[in-house]
Amino acid sequence: MAALNAQTVVDAIGLGAIYGLMAVGIGLVFGVLRLVNFAYGQLVMAGAFALALSSEWDWPAWAGIALCLAVVVALSMAMNVLVFRPLRAESPAVMLVATFAVAFLLQSVALLWFGPLGKPASSLASLNRPVTIGDVDIRKITIAAIVVAAICLAGLVLLLERTTIGLHMRAAAMDFATARLLGVRAERVIGTAVLLSGVLAAAVAVLLTVQSPLVTPGFGLNQTIVVLAGVVVGGMNRLLSATLGGFSIGFVSGLLGGALPTAQSQYLPSVVFGLVILVLLIRPGGLFARAEVTERV
Amino acid sequence: MNARGRTVQVVGPVALVVLAGLLGSLFARETEIYFINALISVVIVVALYVFVGNSGVLSFGHASFVAVGAWAAGVLSVPVDEKAGIFPALFPVLGEQTVGNVASLCIAAAVGGVYALLVGLPLMRLSGLTAGIATFAVLEITHNVLRYWDRIGPGTNSFSSVPETTGLLQAALGAVIAILFAFAYQTSRLGRQLRAIREDAAAARAVGIPIVRQRLWAFGLSGALAGFAGGLYVHFLPISTEDVYLSLTFITLAMLVIGGAGSLWGAVVGGLAVSALDSFLAEAESGVGLAGLSVDLPSGTRLIAVGFLMALVLVLRPSGLTGGREFSFPRLTRPPEPPTTERSAAA
Repeated sequence: MAALNAQTVVDAIGLGAIYGLMAVGIGLVFGVLRLVNFAYGQLVMAGAFALALSSEWDWPAWAGIALCLAVVVALSMAMNVLVFRPLRAESPAVMLVATFAVAFLLQSVALLWFGPLGKPASSLASLNRPVTIGDVDIRKITIAAIVVAAICLAGLVLLLERTTIGLHMRAAAMDFATARLLGVRAERVIGTAVLLSGVLAAAVAVLLTVQSPLVTPGFGLNQTIVVLAGVVVGGMNRLLSATLGGFSIGFVSGLLGGALPTAQSQYLPSVVFGLVILVLLIRPGGLFARAEVTERV
Repeated sequence: MNARGRTVQVVGPVALVVLAGLLGSLFARETEIYFINALISVVIVVALYVFVGNSGVLSFGHASFVAVGAWAAGVLSVPVDEKAGIFPALFPVLGEQTVGNVASLCIAAAVGGVYALLVGLPLMRLSGLTAGIATFAVLEITHNVLRYWDRIGPGTNSFSSVPETTGLLQAALGAVIAILFAFAYQTSRLGRQLRAIREDAAAARAVGIPIVRQRLWAFGLSGALAGFAGGLYVHFLPISTEDVYLSLTFITLAMLVIGGAGSLWGAVVGGLAVSALDSFLAEAESGVGLAGLSVDLPSGTRLIAVGFLMALVLVLRPSGLTGGREFSFPRLTRPPEPPTTERSAAA
């Protein structure tokens, strides 16, 4: 039982790491644009299809990852110019529904292009083999997920804390209007945030396709819904609390998935979302938000 | 605005729905189903509008009220002797009787309304993004439970043997009823208090309007109308849990936003316009010439076109086709007073 628990915990940390990465990608854009990007999962899906195509063409793994990165970054920049920019002045609800539409659009394109059955992405399948440490079988991908998440987060922290553009981004996230008055360039800050969030989506696409190699048009959608819930549960107003929220919901899902008896495991989403509602009711501003942050009404 | 001006506002939506019904009756059954589908969509969009439009709070949870309404109506109206075969694990109390068409629609509305009130009781304290995510969570839980709990319905299967009583007449009547309820609500004291909260929550609270209670009433009525729509839906098609989940949530929100979330007229126009486009493209996908226009589109184009159109309308006209205004005859009545929305925006 102890071994099983350790196993569950390790897998849960791996899942939490991936969800945490997605949360950072969503949180970065939210910070500067106050926009919840529902189409984030479709960026991941597009990257996953790029990987699937490259494995179909027998490209080496690095070329596949490069293609994935190029596709996702290009798509997220296009989204910024075509959708986010014209809607910047609108209410958050309109922007959310607009990204909903983009998500639906991209998913339909994928459905038309690749069919409902999807394609396998197998270039990196060797990462699925386990390494045994003590009694615990750890799949290499779990280690990779944790390492990649750590590297991305460390890089991001360095960028935000040590560079001018990072300083500008933090200022913009705090108060966009004042930051602009002080000479922060809006387009550059937003462009950088969207670019970084695209890079993170590409990383998530690589990690997720190793875990579940069959890429379908719905790929990434369920994860996005869960991560969005996690981000709000953690607290959207700060990148750190959003990331922690994303990690926590992944970690808790992983733990509950291991803890629930098999007969009840189909109700896992209900349990997770039930917890989400409970936390939102107790702490509407977010679990990890600073206490003084309160909503007006 | 005077009473006559107000009446004109409801004439437009009702007339449009009746017109759609009459138009549908000119066609054979294969085409008629598009009209029935469109009218049921109108009921769902109107239900969504009652809450989202009047309160300004986004809800992703309404497909779950449609779902519980459909489940209640579907399970109860299957003939008793067929229930054991279709729902082997059903609670005995649900299997003992069969209800008729009208009763089943009323039960659907009641179940939807009660469910919305129960869910809304804790949730209506939230607002903004938090409320949106919480209603999303409700959708996920409802979908998950209906899909796997086969003691209250068909589980992963589709409904079968539900009497197909929703024809064109019933769908059109249903849409008119929903519109009348929505209109009565939005012109009532309750509805206007909720709209005041939408415009400025702090000011509304300062004059003594109870925010949570007003939102809850709207949520309950909206849930009842959505449940009613679910009843109409299950008596029209053999639906499954996947029909009342994410894509329904998306398409109905799209209809509301494309039409203009601020008005009942917008909800009806959006529902019918998007349905019309969707049906036309569905026909075009199967390669049928329509009105001398012969187009042959690959299947799947329909969804792309709807997604693209919705994004386009949002980018070009964020307040929707109707701009969030109610229906009026611009030249017949006196120039209308500016709606409160604009006055506060200008201030």
